[in-house]
Amino acid sequence: MPPTLLVIGEVADGHLTKLSAEIATLAAGLAGSSGGTALGLIVDAAPDGAAAELAAYLPRVVSVASAAAADEVWAPHAAAEARRLLDEGVTHVLAGVTNDGRDVAGLLCGALGWGVLANAAGATWEGERLVVEAVVLAGKAITRSTVDAPSAIVTVTPGAADAVGSGAPGRVESREPAGSPVVPAARVLERVAEAGAEASLEEANVVVVGGRGVGGPEGFELVDELAGLLGGVTGASRAAVDAGWIPYARQIGQTGKVVRPALYLSLGVSGAMQHRAGMQGSQNVIAINRDPDAPVAEIADLFVVGDLFAVGPALSAEIRARRGG
Amino acid sequence: MRILVMTKPVPDPAANAERLGPDLRLDRAASPSVVNGNDEYGLEAALQLVERLGGEVAILTMAPAAGVETMRKALAMGAMRGVLVADDALAGADIPTTIRVLAAAAATQEFDLLLGGLDTSDGAGGAVTAGVAARLGLPLLSAAALIEPDEAGRTVRVRRLSAKGYDVLQAPMPAVISCTQVLGTPRYPSLKGIMAARSRQITTLSVADLGGDLLPGGGQWPSRVLGVQPPPSRAAGRTITAAPADAAREIADFLAERRLI
Ligand SMILES: Cc1cc2nc3c(=O)[nH]c(=O)nc-3n(C[C@H](O)[C@H](O)[C@H](O)COP(=O)(O)OP(=O)(O)OC[C@H]3O[C@@H](n4cnc5c(N)ncnc54)[C@H](O)[C@@H]3O)c2cc1C
Ligand SMILES: Nc1ncnc2c1ncn2[C@@H]1O[C@H](COP(=O)(O)O)[C@@H](O)[C@H]1O
Repeated sequence: MPPTLLVIGEVADGHLTKLSAEIATLAAGLAGSSGGTALGLIVDAAPDGAAAELAAYLPRVVSVASAAAADEVWAPHAAAEARRLLDEGVTHVLAGVTNDGRDVAGLLCGALGWGVLANAAGATWEGERLVVEAVVLAGKAITRSTVDAPSAIVTVTPGAADAVGSGAPGRVESREPAGSPVVPAARVLERVAEAGAEASLEEANVVVVGGRGVGGPEGFELVDELAGLLGGVTGASRAAVDAGWIPYARQIGQTGKVVRPALYLSLGVSGAMQHRAGMQGSQNVIAINRDPDAPVAEIADLFVVGDLFAVGPALSAEIRARRGG
Repeated sequence: MRILVMTKPVPDPAANAERLGPDLRLDRAASPSVVNGNDEYGLEAALQLVERLGGEVAILTMAPAAGVETMRKALAMGAMRGVLVADDALAGADIPTTIRVLAAAAATQEFDLLLGGLDTSDGAGGAVTAGVAARLGLPLLSAAALIEPDEAGRTVRVRRLSAKGYDVLQAPMPAVISCTQVLGTPRYPSLKGIMAARSRQITTLSVADLGGDLLPGGGQWPSRVLGVQPPPSRAAGRTITAAPADAAREIADFLAERRLI
């Protein structure tokens, strides 16, 4: 039987996330190469905009206007809607490697007992089996894995595919919510945004990152200044986050965000494996570090050995000078 | 307050020696084992809650029998007792099986809160804690940065990390919570704790002890690693050791060349 792939769409500020668009492209490709089909799911208080966006990639999108999604946690509701769609022959469920996407994947796995292919950086068919590539063991190896069963849950990392629309917008089907979430849904009492949260790290073209080397919260002023000059967004290593210098939402790496900007510039970051896991897809990497043996040298296109408190301000001055003050 | 924390033994990330064996499964002999980082953050939060509110912190592990060594580290931090599910039939168990077994083992215990990690540093599946919540039919409060039970109201509030900051969630207890680094740095075991851990009880259960049909595949997991390869290496870059002003010029040249300024 040809596969049916279900994409769990995520919505941020009323729009489909970039990761969801990438997953939809991946799923459409997998459907095409196997003679199967792909469909998308949007569950949101106001799903229409994101559903239409998802339909740019997929032939069919189910759009569920869920009032509960506004004041209860999303994943138990999204998982319930996904489960309802299984009746239509869904063989593979694809969700993003985000807190919400992983919650849906985990809830469905617990409810259905399907195997999980986690952290897919790419996926192909080998015969009837879906085979995914994943970076494992803090970046030390890339595995190819499969589930020898007709069905599986797949979680997908950013960058597994470039988002490319199908050219023919799919059909959007509006549905009433299923009613009961797969587990009792916790209430959301409040949503709090941290300072600087307007700028999305994942979508930024330039990311300037401070590590332990910046020495304290004040050190991030220099990082912010460079980010501002380069039209970028500030990120951080875990050491800087754990020290409380900057909120967790800025963390890049295995347990933080995954970024793939045109430019990644770091100051005072050693380049540990777990940090690299979040930035190795960057196109151009520049690192400023006073230790000539810092591991970040292995991945930098330009490795600047020097004190960040000297090189950083000099770089700001140079960029300003070239722009005519 | 009774808190049960799911603690998984993982290769010590500090040893930086994780590798797969010839069978393409994690080579557990290659690195010393420690409690998974996120589980330790959960354990620390649990210990602090029980210090404040009274009650008990217990740990739950599914691992080969040698898992008790790693569990002692959690007991030395202050957990009062442990439950280990150890069974040869579970070697290489896949994610749905792990979920079924941990949920069945948790169901043998009484708890107000069941804590797990958001994900593990070895498998990084990030599915097990949510899956256990689904099996038990309990509310899931994931990606916790702060845990605040209200014993009188029998509810718990959790700050859940979001893309922009955090959401404040509330659910009735018992509930399942997945834990993150933002909960705070775990304590080092004291000498007294290490001594006390030796006499704390670890109950070992087999799959048969748990009852039910936990191994529907008869111990054959459909999930398989087909192959493994090293990550691609990046082309070697250029190193600059010039004085700051010259280095800055070289960086700016590089940026201009690639049309980044
Ligand atoms: C399970 C697990 C998950 C993890 N997840 C992540 C993650 O998601 N993201 C992450 O970043 N880390 C993560 N880590 C932590 C990671 O292993 C490193 O500890 C961390 O990345 C180090 O941060 P750092 O490079 O800022 O600090 P350090 O390693 O301390 O490096 C600081 C660097 O700054 C340089 N420096 C100091 N002063 C100056 C100066 N004045 N000028 C120039 N250079 C200077 C030093 O030479 C050094 O290289 C994880 C670890 C584990 C175990
Ligand atoms: N074998 C295990 N024993 C105890 N807890 C586990 C085990 N496997 C997973 N867990 C729990 O589930 C969390 C998420 O694991 P994972 O989904 O494998 O990334 C871990 O942080 C643990 O709290």
